[in-house]
Amino acid sequence: MPDTPLDHIRNFSIIAHIDHGKSTLADRLIQSTGTVAAREMKEQLLDNMELERERGITIKAQTVRILYKAKDGETYTLNLMDTPGHVDFAYEVSRSLAACEGSLLVVDASQGVEAQTLANVYQAIDANHEIVPILNKIDLPAAEPARVKQQIEDVIGLDASDAVEISAKTGLNIEGVLEAIVTRLPPPQGDAKATLKALLVDSWYDSYLGVVVLVRVKDGQLRKGQRVRMMSNGAAHTIEQVGIFTPKMIAADSLGPGEMGYMTAAIKMVSDTNVGDTITDDRAPAASALPGFKPSVPVVWCGLYPVDADDFEKLRDSVGKLRLNDSSFHYEAETSAALGLGYRCGFLGLLHLEIVQERLSREFGLDLIATAPSVVYKLKKTNGEEIELHNPADMPDPSVIAEIQEPWIKATIMVPDDYLGPVLTLCNERRGRQVELTYVGNRAMAMYRLPLNEVVFDFYDRLKSISRGYASFDYQVDGYEAGDLVKISILVNAEPVDALSFMAHRGQADRRGRSICERLKELIPRQLFKIPIQAAIGGRVIARETISALSKDVTAKCYGGDISRKRKLLDKQKEGKKRMRQFGKVEIPQSAFIAALKMDA
Amino acid sequence: MEPLALYIHWPFCRAKCPYCDFNSHVRERVDQAGWRHALLTELRYEAARTGRRPLASIFFGGGTPSLMDPETAGALIAEARALFDAPADLEITLEANPTSVEAAKLADFHAAGVNRLSLGIQALDGAALQFLGRQHDAAQAIAALETGRAIFPRLSFDLIYARPGQTEAAWRAELRRALDIAADHLSLYQLTIEPGTRFATLHARGEIALPDDDAAARLYGATAEEAARFGLLPYEVSNYARPGAESRHNLVYWRYGDYLGIGPGAHQRLLVDGALIAVRRHRAPEEWFARVARDGHAIVEETALAPEDRAREALLMGLRLTEGIDPARITARSGLPFAACIDPTMLTACLDEDYLVWREGRLCATEEGRLRLDAMLPVLLR
Repeated sequence: MPDTPLDHIRNFSIIAHIDHGKSTLADRLIQSTGTVAAREMKEQLLDNMELERERGITIKAQTVRILYKAKDGETYTLNLMDTPGHVDFAYEVSRSLAACEGSLLVVDASQGVEAQTLANVYQAIDANHEIVPILNKIDLPAAEPARVKQQIEDVIGLDASDAVEISAKTGLNIEGVLEAIVTRLPPPQGDAKATLKALLVDSWYDSYLGVVVLVRVKDGQLRKGQRVRMMSNGAAHTIEQVGIFTPKMIAADSLGPGEMGYMTAAIKMVSDTNVGDTITDDRAPAASALPGFKPSVPVVWCGLYPVDADDFEKLRDSVGKLRLNDSSFHYEAETSAALGLGYRCGFLGLLHLEIVQERLSREFGLDLIATAPSVVYKLKKTNGEEIELHNPADMPDPSVIAEIQEPWIKATIMVPDDYLGPVLTLCNERRGRQVELTYVGNRAMAMYRLPLNEVVFDFYDRLKSISRGYASFDYQVDGYEAGDLVKISILVNAEPVDALSFMAHRGQADRRGRSICERLKELIPRQLFKIPIQAAIGGRVIARETISALSKDVTAKCYGGDISRKRKLLDKQKEGKKRMRQFGKVEIPQSAFIAALKMDA
Repeated sequence: MEPLALYIHWPFCRAKCPYCDFNSHVRERVDQAGWRHALLTELRYEAARTGRRPLASIFFGGGTPSLMDPETAGALIAEARALFDAPADLEITLEANPTSVEAAKLADFHAAGVNRLSLGIQALDGAALQFLGRQHDAAQAIAALETGRAIFPRLSFDLIYARPGQTEAAWRAELRRALDIAADHLSLYQLTIEPGTRFATLHARGEIALPDDDAAARLYGATAEEAARFGLLPYEVSNYARPGAESRHNLVYWRYGDYLGIGPGAHQRLLVDGALIAVRRHRAPEEWFARVARDGHAIVEETALAPEDRAREALLMGLRLTEGIDPARITARSGLPFAACIDPTMLTACLDEDYLVWREGRLCATEEGRLRLDAMLPVLLR
């Protein structure tokens, strides 16, 4: 099986917008070639994680080896690389694409090209892929193959005249796809005699095998028993097993050039295996690594706290376990006066944040509260020192800051032109700068540069609501720029609430400050004393609300028989105060802060 | 040794009022002689333990003690006078309902020794009385007040305000009408929804809407104003009296003094050799009766309270009083230094806010402070 001649191998990935049929097509390709027995077939075969299957997204890369007897009578090895589709995982996607020579571009024949399709197809073009357009859902009455082909040519600049028209759902023309893979995609290149160079595409933790590494061999041979070296950190491991995915793991003696498969080497932590790394022979290492390696850097940070303080230990264990399987997730312990003990966590993006939060609550049964997501700012201090700011609470005094830089993104928004006006207004409100505005039929494509800070704060939700869900959105990180940014502190009874402080552009500080003060006024119950709620930049108050003291709270009747009852009630109230956070003479229930943060999300 | 207050509980009512969460029960027939004997038995049991002490007051509460045979009250009063040292002017209060049946017995109760009457008027408005589930109408209420005033040297009555839909003007008018009848003491309670009552069910279903805190606070202020016009001053959160006409019996509770409680569900606090003993009796009338017959008492719990609990009880009661608390008294009743009972930061904050004030060495809640006492206690007390 392995050591297949190079011209009989095709490595390809599938690019598609969510719901355009990527997983269904993958299922059909696997099914029609008998790769998986009918009784083992299930939908979204390659998405193992419960969350992936449920949300129809791919989080971890995976491959499956398909044997296909083509019309020319030869049997080909087709390695399908299933890649994460979301921009949060752009780097992971780029490494998956680097493991292939071609891509299938799947477009819904009625909906046409979407923002996400575009970002991924550009990545495939960057990876020098041969791209075969596939029009899916051709059987639907709303399908407009001619229009969508034209759109592919206009928007992406790909010749779509030979696009393969299929219905993945009904299985229509799957054969056409398989033939196109064989005839239109190039075979891999490589030298079996050269020193080993294999691309580390992804890795995950298996409780029996340790870390399983998904690899693509470029040159040389990967063999059981071989001593290999990770070129990024120099760590050496002895291979225990190599093999292929069908998609079940099947052991093999070796993997040759052009092959995709896995290796295990008693590696304990996923963080010891870096996506994009080059694996080489420890005794005869390659002179240079494969291009494109980047260590994973979190883009968005937020605090995660257990709703019940007693769950902190459980949270600690859970983030540790999660990190075993997700090296792009970062965490460090943090204490908040308002929320207690928790972790400051770094993520590749908002979807990644959401996924981690959901996995923590689902797989580990934790009830968590997240503080508002913050991007990573670069601060230049007056003494010349440069620091990265992950948490607005850690912001140094403004007097020692010379400049604050914030990350920008390049966003692609596709929207029916009926909704274009409000979308442009939203982008402008969020300090966006238009790069390009083009039309394809009645759909507009707006390219904007936006500060990431403006996007992490309810941008998706607003975009969805003003376009009635029709707008699609994708982005890539596009450098840092200096900005007129300020830290807004929220003060309750004149004391800052660390968990609620945030960074904003000066022009929006008043509005955002006012909105959070108003919200807290609604959420914090009246108590014995009036409570001032303020938003401030440094020492300057920019918004203020006051929660008036409660006006009457006293038991009407209290005689000899009521004393014990009243005292026990009092004991209970005092016990309840342990769940309160003290701000001078007033105590605020933690639940009020949690509610404030929940409304933010 | 400080004088002892004696509470006697009569647990029976004609009907259960929908707002009431007191230990009251409706029974077709009550064995008056049997109950007289049982109450006397429990009184003798306690007197044997306390020894002969000065007596401060007797209070017949309930339930509806005016449903008792006057001679039962007479027998209990005579026995208490025999067992304890009672002054000639011993305050003896009876709670009564203003139905005509009960009003007819008032003279007999006076003859039996009762010298202070507390009438459960609750409202002078027919619709309100019906809503409150009372057995009397407005005319009977007025008649009972006049009868009571003619018979008893001291008269108090209860009213319930902040009823659904009640305006401030209507409450002032109703209160003035009641004050015209010239009592020397009034208990004016804000209507509150107590768990387990009929009103709690209705309230949960949204069928009873109470005024909000701001409205309730305005009604409270109006209440004090109207009472003051007639020379009645607030000496406790819900109690108003002409100076000197305060309920001596209830002052014992609020000053966290010693009191005996006889009858079903009655509570008792007694300082014995430096230990403060809390006693609770069985609540169910028949079970209480059976236990007294068997054991001579129906005590279900008897505990020496921890010093912290004593301090909390003394403070939560004492701060209800306009006169406030004497720190030395708290120490005497709890065994703890006053400073150990109060959070100093919160004390300063409450003083700054004018919720509390020091008056002649006593810590007093102001009117604004009394209005918010339930919110103040958990932060103020340690």
